[in-house]
Amino acid sequence: MLEIKNLKASLEEEGKEILKGLDLTVEAGKVHAIMGPNGSGKSTLSYVLAGRGGYEVTEGAATLAGADILEMEPEERAAAGLFLAFQYPVEIPGVGNMTFLRTAVNAQRKARGQEEMDAATFLKEVRAKAKDLKIDAEMLKRPVNMGFSGGEKKRNEILQMAMLEPKVCILDETDSGLDVDAMKLVADGVNAMRSPDRGFLVITHYQRLLDHIVPDVVHIMVNGRIIKTGGPELALEVEKNGYANMIEEAA
Amino acid sequence: MALPQAKLTATEDRLARLSMPEAPGWSALPRAAALARVETMGLPGRRDEYWRFTNPADLVAADPVPSTHHARQKTQVFDQMDRVRLVFVDGVFDAAASDDPALAGVEITRLAEAQEQDIHWAADLYGTLEAQGHEPVERPLAALNTAYATDGVLIRATGKAEKPVNLVYFHESETSDAILHHVIKVESGADLTVLENGPAAARFNKVMEVDVADGGAFHHVRAQGRDHDRRAVTHIFARLGAESLFKSFTMTVNGALTRNECIIDMTGDNGVAHVAGACLGDGDFLHDDTVFITHDAENCESRQVFKKVLKNGATGVFQGKILVQPGAQKTDGYQISQSLLLDDDSQFLAKPELEIYADDVACSHGSTSGAIDETALFYLRSRGVPKSEAVDLMVLSFLAEAIEEIESAEIREEIVERLSRWLSRHRG
Ligand SMILES: Nc1ncnc2c1ncn2[C@@H]1O[C@H](COP(=O)(O)OP(=O)(O)O)[C@@H](O)[C@H]1O
Ligand SMILES: [Mg+2]
Repeated sequence: MLEIKNLKASLEEEGKEILKGLDLTVEAGKVHAIMGPNGSGKSTLSYVLAGRGGYEVTEGAATLAGADILEMEPEERAAAGLFLAFQYPVEIPGVGNMTFLRTAVNAQRKARGQEEMDAATFLKEVRAKAKDLKIDAEMLKRPVNMGFSGGEKKRNEILQMAMLEPKVCILDETDSGLDVDAMKLVADGVNAMRSPDRGFLVITHYQRLLDHIVPDVVHIMVNGRIIKTGGPELALEVEKNGYANMIEEAA
Repeated sequence: MALPQAKLTATEDRLARLSMPEAPGWSALPRAAALARVETMGLPGRRDEYWRFTNPADLVAADPVPSTHHARQKTQVFDQMDRVRLVFVDGVFDAAASDDPALAGVEITRLAEAQEQDIHWAADLYGTLEAQGHEPVERPLAALNTAYATDGVLIRATGKAEKPVNLVYFHESETSDAILHHVIKVESGADLTVLENGPAAARFNKVMEVDVADGGAFHHVRAQGRDHDRRAVTHIFARLGAESLFKSFTMTVNGALTRNECIIDMTGDNGVAHVAGACLGDGDFLHDDTVFITHDAENCESRQVFKKVLKNGATGVFQGKILVQPGAQKTDGYQISQSLLLDDDSQFLAKPELEIYADDVACSHGSTSGAIDETALFYLRSRGVPKSEAVDLMVLSFLAEAIEEIESAEIREEIVERLSRWLSRHRG
């Protein structure tokens, strides 16, 4: 579903290389987790895939369902089925959450040649999905992420993901700043979306999220590369011993 | 002190083109006094400090710059509202196009008719607030208006107005030079909303004097748009009594030269005054908001919220002042002026000022100029919103604080709708 080959990317301004030849394939129906120390380039990978400015891809390729996404605008990548749940969701005063969601849903449908979702259907779907995530109606009315707690912002990301029904979901530290209950809500939201034709890339710092979203594959990322790949047991190993041993092993 | 020769000549040339009404009645006195003020002050010039950012030449010139006229639009911005429409075409009242001005709680007369009456409530007010509005800065174009206004609407609210009064301006002559002077009196406990929209004339000079008595409430929403070659200068002079409320919001899109001045005197305790503006400029556009709020009583709240979105060489100007007089304790003054520059060719010139002579006050002001927030833009695009639409959403987000100053949700939505449509027509 998502195929990344020898991806190298640098900061556009400083020229500093962050991703140093990264290979990764997320198959449809699978959940892959990426763990790694701070600064190893996990967020950079998610931004480069989603098309944020400020990075230059110097080598390698990334395809989504066979389509080269690196040449696309961010909105085209979204329409192609990529979704990134931000580590730090952005507050946008003056733009209602609902307006934003509906604009996004309909823009994607339009880009895919589908008809716009009518207001009533949209409202019904949002309400149902918001309810599952314990997002109340009042929150939906507020401007995007304005006055939301850390946990509410993360749940709002999952709500957007649920409404947009992407093919590949990248979650960048969606667990950070969440208490156990909120994490469970988020995990339930993600698990409900697991399906044979959708892939997940879950970036996390801690093993605990992976107790709730059980991954099929775990990758360890250090210094812009995947240095080790294994099953869920790899996450437990990190939890116990940290990254030091693995880094030594790989060196 | 004698005027510099250039100013004197410019003033004489302009005055030579104007004439007072044949039967000015009670307005003769305030008109003559206003003319004397104009002659003493002289009309504004480029060198004047108060016109440092905005060249007044086209507003002062003997003749207006000819401008394309505008067919009457089928739909007007306030069509959704149940309102009393009073229509002026190139500054001339159009009775046939206007509604019957009978309105519960409100008394409406036209200046041109009222000035011929022996007794009229506006006789004591006409030109009075304007005359008091030249300290410490002169506003000669407003005095010129008082002297030569051909018409205007005199509105006195004695209770809660049943519906808003909508002043609609049409522009059909390419060389019209309209001068209108409105006087509004909101009596104690009364509540009035005045709406204004339309292109008005090739050149438009408008004054609105607003006297809000103790406990009165005045709401004003204005839409300036459509006419790309608009050249307009407008003044609002407001005097606010105790416990009164004054709220004015202006949406401005397009316009080669628009100067909106708002001068507010808070004379009674516990008054509230909010002035706000949201403007969008593309290309040949200069918009100037000049605001002067004087706190002369205790525990009053004032807010100035002005937001400008500029592109393709558009210019935005803001001059705003909060003056807190001795004894105006517990003043709560807030002023924000911001511009969103969508390219490097556009500019925002601002002069925010605070002058405080009381010690127990809370006043803040801020002025910023910036580009679109790339992180937020990326966030929107990452959800599939195309760049142009995402930029529009960011623009509306930027304007939100000003738009929220409109109390009526109905009008707020209409304004947002208009702004959105303008944005989608002005992409790139
Ligand atoms: N826009 C940026 N400007 C400067 N440095 C950056 C930027 N983005 C990432 N970096 C640097 O790149 C490295 C990787 O960062 P990041 O991708 O956030 O790592 P992680 O998410 O794994 O903690 C860090 O050294 C970080 O400081
Ligand atoms: Mg990170």
